[in-house]
Amino acid sequence: MLATIGLKSEEDLISYLPSDVRFSKKLGIEDGKSEYEIVDYFKALAARNANGCASFLGAGVYHHYRPVLVDAVVSRGEFLTSYTPYQAEISQGTLTSIFEFQTMVCQLTGMDVANASMYDGSSAVPEGAMMAVRITHRDRVLIARTVHPEYREVLRTYTQHQGIPLDEIGYAKNGQLDLDDLKKKLSDDVAAVIVQTPNFFGLLEQVKEIAALVQAKGALLVVVVAEAVALGLIEPPRDADIVVGELQSFAISPSYGGPYAGIIATKEKYIRQIPGRLVGETTDAEGKRAFCLTLATREQHIRRDKATSNICTNQALLALMATVFMTVYGKQGLRELAEQNLAKAHYLAGKLDLQFDAPFFNEFVVRVNSPEKINARLLEKKIIGGLPLDRFYPELKNCMLLCATEMTRREDMDTVAAAFKTQ
Amino acid sequence: MIKKVSKHIVQNELLLFEQSSPGKWGYQLPPLDVPPVDAAKALGKDNVRSEIEDFPEVSEFEALRHFTRLSTWNYAIDLGLYPLGSCTMKYNPRVNELVARTEGLAWAHPYQPEALAQGCMEVIAALERALEEITGMAAVTLQPAAGAHGEFTGILMIRALLEERGGARKKILVPDSAHGTNPATATMVGYSVENIKSNSRGMVDVEALAKAVNEDVAALMITNPNTVGVFEENIRKICGLLHEKGALVYMDGANMNALVGVARPGDFGVDVMHLNLHKTFSTPHGGGGPGSGAVAVAEVLKPFLPGPRLKRAGNQWQWNYDLPHSIGRVRAFYGNFGVLVRALAYVMAHGGNGLRQATLDALLNANYLRILLEPHYDIAYNAPSMHECVFSDDRQAKKGVRTGDIAKRLIDYGFHPYTVSFPLIVHGALMIEPTETESKQELDLFADAMISIAKEVEENPDLVRKAPHLTRTPRVDEVTAARKPIVRWKRPAAAPQS
Repeated sequence: MLATIGLKSEEDLISYLPSDVRFSKKLGIEDGKSEYEIVDYFKALAARNANGCASFLGAGVYHHYRPVLVDAVVSRGEFLTSYTPYQAEISQGTLTSIFEFQTMVCQLTGMDVANASMYDGSSAVPEGAMMAVRITHRDRVLIARTVHPEYREVLRTYTQHQGIPLDEIGYAKNGQLDLDDLKKKLSDDVAAVIVQTPNFFGLLEQVKEIAALVQAKGALLVVVVAEAVALGLIEPPRDADIVVGELQSFAISPSYGGPYAGIIATKEKYIRQIPGRLVGETTDAEGKRAFCLTLATREQHIRRDKATSNICTNQALLALMATVFMTVYGKQGLRELAEQNLAKAHYLAGKLDLQFDAPFFNEFVVRVNSPEKINARLLEKKIIGGLPLDRFYPELKNCMLLCATEMTRREDMDTVAAAFKTQ
Repeated sequence: MIKKVSKHIVQNELLLFEQSSPGKWGYQLPPLDVPPVDAAKALGKDNVRSEIEDFPEVSEFEALRHFTRLSTWNYAIDLGLYPLGSCTMKYNPRVNELVARTEGLAWAHPYQPEALAQGCMEVIAALERALEEITGMAAVTLQPAAGAHGEFTGILMIRALLEERGGARKKILVPDSAHGTNPATATMVGYSVENIKSNSRGMVDVEALAKAVNEDVAALMITNPNTVGVFEENIRKICGLLHEKGALVYMDGANMNALVGVARPGDFGVDVMHLNLHKTFSTPHGGGGPGSGAVAVAEVLKPFLPGPRLKRAGNQWQWNYDLPHSIGRVRAFYGNFGVLVRALAYVMAHGGNGLRQATLDALLNANYLRILLEPHYDIAYNAPSMHECVFSDDRQAKKGVRTGDIAKRLIDYGFHPYTVSFPLIVHGALMIEPTETESKQELDLFADAMISIAKEVEENPDLVRKAPHLTRTPRVDEVTAARKPIVRWKRPAAAPQS
C-alpha cells in the first residue's frame, strides 16, 4: 500500500506536519492489554462498587427488570454498528423501529407526535422550554421545585445566555406544586410552566388544573415524566402542550447515570418546532411504504445558526431498548408492571411515617431522625437505603426519598421498616 | 462487476401495531409478594388511565422475529466498509460491550454512596487521565452526552472566562467548512456567528481571519484536521492571532482520529476542544446514539468545568460540588458512563503505541484510496490528506450524475455511501473516510466499485441516476415525507378494533 502511494514508511504520512506541531514523544499510556486482562480489570473495578445489595434508591433512575430479549436485539451488529439512518434504502430497520418508538411514545403520553429521542430526561427539559419560547414568542419560564433538582440545574445552564429568565414555583404542604404560588407568578410574559409527574417526591401532580391555569394565560404547559413505568397506570398528561422525559425505566440499565434515552412529544400543530431527529412515513419508488428522516430543515446541518437546537444525534440504541421493552410487556404487561410497583411501594409506605399526603406511585418521602444513621445501619444488612433530601432541599433535613419497584423483595422492605421502627 | 454482494431472501414485516392480537403478551412477572393495591383508591379515579390504546400485543417470539427481520434491512459496519467522512465508522470491539455490561458497573445507581461507587469513579478518573494525555490539555470533563453537547459546554466555558475578564464579547468565528453544529452551538450560548472563508487549499484563509479578529470576537471554532481532511498547517499562527486579541480557540475534535499520538491540540495552542468517543474511541454508533462528547480544556478554563468534579481524598474518590466558577451542569449525573467504559477499554487494548499506530493506519488507508480514485474523480483540494479524502463530482456532473447518485449506486455494490455533499465549500462533495480498521482487500473492493461506477457514468449515466437497483427498498420519496409529515402510526379509520 505504501508503495502504491509512493512512500517508504508510514512515518512519511505525517512528514508534512509542521515540526512545531508534531508530537515526538511517546504517549504516557501503558502498553496495550489483551482481552482477558481488560475483562479482568473491569471485573476488579466492579467489585469495588456495591455488590449484592438491595437498593431503595430511585430519584430519576430506577431498578426495573430488563427482559432478556432486549440485549438479544440490541446486540445484533445491524443495529449496534450502523450510523444515523441518512441512507433510507439501507436503513429501513432502524427507521422502522424509530417510527414504532415515536408511535409508542405518543400512545404512552397522550401526545400527537414524538421525536426519535433526546440525550436524556435532563437535557430534554431545556429543549422543551426553548421550544415553548419559540412557539409563544415569550421568554419567561417557570419550573416547579418538585421537578428533579438536577434537571432544574441543567435548565439553568442552558437558558442562562438565551435571554430566558427562570423562576421556580414552590410546593404545598402536601408535596404537590403550590397552585397559589403558580397563580402569583403566572404573568403574561410566561412562555412555559414546567412540572413533573410523578414529581421528584413520587407524588402525582394535578396536571389538569395546572394546564387550565397555564393555558388561560397563553403559556404552554411542559410536563416532565422521569419514571415512565407510571404511564402504564396513570392518566397520561393529555392536557400538556409538550411532554418531555426519561425512558431509563424501560430496560436501560442504571449504568451510573447514563447513557439513557430522553423523549419529547407534543401536539400536531407544533411539529415544526420540535428539536432533533424525526422519522416520517413515505413511499419508495415502487409505491410501497417506507420510512426516512424528515423535516430536516429544522436541524443544524441545514439551518446552522438558525436551527431549533444544536442537537445532532438521538439515542437510537437506547430508544430501541425501550421499544423492545414496550413490545415485550405490551398493553397488558406494562399495566401489570405498574400495578406491582404501586403495590410494593404502598406496602412499604404503609409501615413508615410519610412527609406528604398526596397520592404517590412508587416513591415517597419519609421522615426520619437521621437519614445518614439509618442508611449506615441498613448498609450493614447489605441494603442501600433511600436518598437523603437535604442535599437538594435544605428544608427537608430529616427526610429521605425511598423507592420500591417490582424488583424489591418483601423481606428487604420488612428489614427497612424494622430499622425505621427502632431508630 | 459487483463482487461484494449477491441477491438473497429478505423478509417483509408489518408494523407491531398491525400484527397485534388482543390478549397476547411476551412478558412474565413473578407473583406479587405483597397485597395488591386498588389503583383508583390509591391514586384517585381520575388519575388512572383505562388502557394504553393500540399499544402492541405480541408474543415474545413474535417480538424477537419482528426486530430480527427489521435488523436485516440495515447496513452496518459489521457487514462492510462504511466510509462516512467525518463519522469515523471503525470496528466496535465486542469486548467493550461485554465489560460495559459487567454487573457492578451496569447496575450502579448514580446516587449510591461514594464508598460503594469507587469502581465507577475510577473508570471516569482513568479515562480523564488518558484523554488529557492524548490531547495535551490540562483537564477533561466526561459529562456531555454527544459532540454537539460538548461544543455547547466548551463555548459556555469560554463565555464564563471572558465574562470574568470583563466582558463576554459578541461573536464566534466559524470557518465555512465547519459542521452545522458549530454555528448552532454559538447561537445557543448567545453569540452571533461570522463565517471565515477557506483558501484555495481548503484551509482557513489566515489573512481573512486576521481581518476578522478584533475585541468583539470571543472565539474561533476550528476543526483540525478540517472537514476536507487537511491539517490546518497555520494552526499555531491562527491560535496566536486569536490569543493576541484576548480571544480563545475552540477545536472541534470530530477528526481527532487523525491526530492521536502524532499531534496534541494542547501543544499547538487550542484552549478547549471536544472529542467524540463514538468516533475516535470506537464506541458503537447504534443507529444514531449514544455518543459521548468529552471536553478537554487548558489550565485557564479549568475553574469553569461543569460539576461535579472528581476529587481524591486519601485513597478514595469523592464528588466535589463546591465549584463556585463552574458553568453548572449540562446533564444529570456524570455523563454517558456506559460509553466511557467502552472508550477506556479501547484505550487499554491499544496502549500508547497502539493508539499512534491506529492513527498511521487510518492515514495510510485514506491516502491509499485517494491514490486509487484520483484518476477517476476530481480531488477537491491539492493538499495532503490525513484520515479522509474529499472529491468533487465536477467530472461526473457533466454527465448529469451528482454525488448523491454515485452514493446510491455504491449501495448496489454492497457498500454504505460516503458522506454526501459535505463540506459545503466543495461543489458536490464525496467525503471518504475508511478508518484504520479496514483491510487492503476491502479497500480494493471499494475502489473497484467506485471506478466501475465512474465508467458507468460515462457509458450509462441513467443506471447511476436511478440507483439503487438491488436493494429491498428502492429510492425513497423524501420530499413527500417532509411536505405531509406522518411521524406515527394510527389505526386506520375504516378498520374497527377487533
